[in-house]
Amino acid sequence: MTIAAFPTKTHSAGYEDKLLLPHWAEVVKIIPEAEGVTTFWLKLTDPEVQVRYHFEPGQFNMVYLPGYGEAAISMSSDFETSNGLVIHTIRHAGNVTKAASRLKVGDAVGLRGPFGSSWPLKNVEGMDMIIACGGIGLPPLRGALYHIVRNRAKYGKVTLLYGARTPKDLMYPTEYEAWKQANIDVQITVDRGNENWAGRVGVVPMWFYNLRVDPRNTTVLTCGPEIMMRFVIYEALARRIAAENIYILLERNMKCGQGSCGHCQIGPYFICKDGAVFPYSTLEKFFNVEEY
Amino acid sequence: MKDNTPTIGSTVALPKTELDGLLADLRQEGFQTVGPRVKEESIVYAGIEGLQDLPRGIVSEQQPASYRLTQTGADRYFDFIPAAQSWKQFLFPPRHTLFIGEKEDTKTGKWKLRENNEPAPRYALVGVRACELAAIQIQDRVFLRSDFYDPIYRARREGVFILAVNCLFPDATCFCASMGSGPRVEAGFDLCLTELNDLFLVEVGSELGRSLLARRTFDLPTSFAQNTAKNALASAAGKMGRTLDTSDLPELLVDNLEADHWTEVSKRCLSCANCTLVCPTCFCWNATDQVDLLGKNTQRERVWDSCFSLPYSYVFGGNTRPTIRSRYRQWLTHKLSTWKEQFGTFGCVGCGRCITWCPAGIDLTEEVAAIRKEVKA
Repeated sequence: MTIAAFPTKTHSAGYEDKLLLPHWAEVVKIIPEAEGVTTFWLKLTDPEVQVRYHFEPGQFNMVYLPGYGEAAISMSSDFETSNGLVIHTIRHAGNVTKAASRLKVGDAVGLRGPFGSSWPLKNVEGMDMIIACGGIGLPPLRGALYHIVRNRAKYGKVTLLYGARTPKDLMYPTEYEAWKQANIDVQITVDRGNENWAGRVGVVPMWFYNLRVDPRNTTVLTCGPEIMMRFVIYEALARRIAAENIYILLERNMKCGQGSCGHCQIGPYFICKDGAVFPYSTLEKFFNVEEY
Repeated sequence: MKDNTPTIGSTVALPKTELDGLLADLRQEGFQTVGPRVKEESIVYAGIEGLQDLPRGIVSEQQPASYRLTQTGADRYFDFIPAAQSWKQFLFPPRHTLFIGEKEDTKTGKWKLRENNEPAPRYALVGVRACELAAIQIQDRVFLRSDFYDPIYRARREGVFILAVNCLFPDATCFCASMGSGPRVEAGFDLCLTELNDLFLVEVGSELGRSLLARRTFDLPTSFAQNTAKNALASAAGKMGRTLDTSDLPELLVDNLEADHWTEVSKRCLSCANCTLVCPTCFCWNATDQVDLLGKNTQRERVWDSCFSLPYSYVFGGNTRPTIRSRYRQWLTHKLSTWKEQFGTFGCVGCGRCITWCPAGIDLTEEVAAIRKEVKA
């Protein structure tokens, strides 16, 4: 089949012959991020598995809580920064992720992965970048930001457009300063401010209007609600950024992570193995079809 | 006359009563023999011992939303068209326990997982039609990919024995000729029967098939028998009750995702998922935890799922496909369009089960024709 998306890297750490059997990981640190959102630092229990385990920003794990099931959760850091840990920022929304809110340090969770494609960080070296994300769309991009900070000279102008519903919902607020120090233009916006908010109010795509964009040399990475991504794509295309240079990360119901269970299809693609990061050019035909 | 030298590719004439011995030998070799039998007014595939279990002189009359058995009185066993269920249930079991979890320590929430190490059953599938064999070969592409294989499917598939049968009397809901998957069985079998009034012609497809056949009493086929079979097979292709125009079909559907007809068909579709359950190629599955009331034991199971079920596309904040229109469109475009890009074939073999078992009698060949008409208009 023609997989026009960014090359898939599914190197599941072992257990290829054991359907859905997870590896164990121990919760070593829990960081509350925002209302209903928590970051978990996880340490794979089996040292052999840990040695083999490698991932790229944009990839995800299937996180298993016995008795509840699995949920697909993106890596929220990069491999180098994680120091042998797996870091997941989880929004407690569904059956499995709500159960995750009751996890304590020392508890065990199951992990399968890493699965899926990754942000094209190598391919876009030398280019300007606009990282546009909303809400829980920042965690899957944080690994990309860490990579850029460490390799700052390899990239041109880098802008982070990040939005949340309210100031309280902004994730990783203590890290923005470090990103700014690394010469990343951090632009934060909220849908609704509060009495202490002196920053911007408005949705993420709106803030494209005051960016100076070199269309032939700019890559857009976007992750967030589909409606936000639709308008980010619209704004990017309107500035003549090529569809091939707009990368989106899609979320769908997933059960396997290996292109087998069928749930995450969009057109000919299995989001779990052909994505979840896609160049928009491969999805143009399907992404805007309602309910497809 | 006993001739013990059949070769792969050759055809012999086997008295019908010899099928009993063949099935007994298969069981001796460790196979569970499964084949057609009448159960609750349908022909289903289930455990069989020999000829006495087969639907002798019984055929099924299938129409959209209708399935009836009738007696012909003929001393024949395989004249019915595909049974209610497909063979999928034997290679891709509807419910399979993956592992069992026991909570070790209530303090840390650590669990001990015990894998399901039951050996895979070995099935001898008796009476696999060309369309059904094509369906198995399609599922091979789905479950035995180079970058992923399904261990449950692989273990069962590797051990399977396929006794195929050529379809001589396709009926109202059949369109395998359109899909290029029948009615003649071409390859991928151990033995293949063509049923005549007084005997089976048996084509040898594998070494195992050859060695099992060699233990039976058979004859060289007469040229009369061979001609009878040849003519019956030649005319079978013309007996299809339905046709599906597959020219430009993948593009037709995927280029017209907003056709009005999707809304029209959604008014009739009940989203009951029958079509996906009887379909021999549909492969979607779900994984669930069956947990006890104390929350200390869980059984992780893989079960069949369907793109027609609402939770199938659930993500936080809603469903990707909340309407019947979107779910029917997903099913049909997958079967007849995007499947081809994924796996190099259509996801349809023309067995007609989804037409027969749709309670609303929705006929995918007609729906495709209607979309074609709408688009060309």
